[in-house]
Amino acid sequence: MREIPVKLITEKVRDLCMKANTDIGDDVLQAFDLAMEKEESPLGLEILKELKENARIATEENVPICQDTGFAVVFFELGQEVHLVGGDLNGAIQEGVRQGYRDGYLRKSICHPFTRANTGDNTPAILHTEVVPGDKIKITIAPKGGGSENMSRVVMLTPSDGVEGIKRFVVQRVKESGSNPCPPTIVGVGIGGTFEQAALLAKKSLLRPLGSKNPNPELDQLESEILTEINNLGIGPQGLGGRTTSLAVHILMMPCHIASFPLAVNIQCHAQRHKEIVI
Amino acid sequence: MNRSIRLKPPLSDEDVEKLKIGDRVVISGIIYTGRDAAHKRLLDLLKGGKDLPFDIKGQIIYYVGPTPAKPGQVLGSAGPTTSYRMDAYSPSLIERGLKGMIGKGMRSDTVKEAMKKYKAVYFAATGGAGALLAKRVKKAEVVAYEDLGPEAIRRLEVDDLPVIVVNDVRGNDLYIEGEKKYRKG
Repeated sequence: MREIPVKLITEKVRDLCMKANTDIGDDVLQAFDLAMEKEESPLGLEILKELKENARIATEENVPICQDTGFAVVFFELGQEVHLVGGDLNGAIQEGVRQGYRDGYLRKSICHPFTRANTGDNTPAILHTEVVPGDKIKITIAPKGGGSENMSRVVMLTPSDGVEGIKRFVVQRVKESGSNPCPPTIVGVGIGGTFEQAALLAKKSLLRPLGSKNPNPELDQLESEILTEINNLGIGPQGLGGRTTSLAVHILMMPCHIASFPLAVNIQCHAQRHKEIVI
Repeated sequence: MNRSIRLKPPLSDEDVEKLKIGDRVVISGIIYTGRDAAHKRLLDLLKGGKDLPFDIKGQIIYYVGPTPAKPGQVLGSAGPTTSYRMDAYSPSLIERGLKGMIGKGMRSDTVKEAMKKYKAVYFAATGGAGALLAKRVKKAEVVAYEDLGPEAIRRLEVDDLPVIVVNDVRGNDLYIEGEKKYRKG
């Protein structure tokens, strides 16, 4: 049994919150470069350049990429041979988020659903815990902005809708979202499981680095077909017209009930932020 | 499409009438911030027959909830938020003289009608470019609703804030026209 003090988890979560919000991944920057090569709209091209420049300023000056520093979504993988000591895990993570959003001068965006009163410290964070083999822990922080999250949907399709039904729904969702979710977007798709599992798969699919292939060749092909259809819509960077509506489509799939065909579409803005650490 | 126009609020009918969709505009001078919760409070004031916390005639509202300023900063990151959530409130403000709104994302037909009728325009700033846009803010002070934190109404002094005209006073919409131009199949 390996012992890990929860105090260490608080410290790491704090740092990851700050880093995720100021430092966009190289995979996203490379995706911007690729998009610039293909973008036909002069205005669209200019916007892509602005986004790169914005990312540079954020990293160099250690300021948030976007003012919406998001809901703190935490994926926590716990090795089953680890014994957490010195407090409770959930409390330690919430404290890490509290400290990270305070010390990083990040926006506190979480409020009461009815009164809209701000909780003041960006908690509660959303915590997804998974127990895995081994004696390590892996923490991933993926701040999620509200504008793109609002454009996301879960739908229970009918088995007879088939793969065509998936394509139709995902492309239609991106079309209806238009300029709202800050295109170019990354489209996370979860297929199968149950109602809530489909949504979680869609969110998890966003953690895959941009430019990487789906390990399942069938899904890889489907991703590229959907992306082509999306980029034919003409929505373009910021919705002002152009070739680059989405940078990627990512799919995760698992078996579903014989009666069901769940589908979730989690839209992610171009500020695709996540940082992880293994302890 | 490539004309670049300088604007300084307060804006007159003539100032906004000359703007066309796709125009690149740089704004300097005073603008006000406001988003969901602040808009609701402004409308509650109007319903109660009370004065607004600032004179809205000729002004521009920027839909933004900035991050807190770090020591030495005027304002934290400050890009636009999605505008449709303000659609329920905007027509009443436009009717009272609001001349410009800065945000991102499409507006409702009701807002577009109000823009035509009372002569106002809607600008898009680049969503997600919060670090870049904050550099154009020279001064910031809270003028109302400090308790709303990032959603408080702030008076910003900006210098060459870059925006694009999305809706003009003639009812045109760059989101619709842009998509049409680049759609395939």
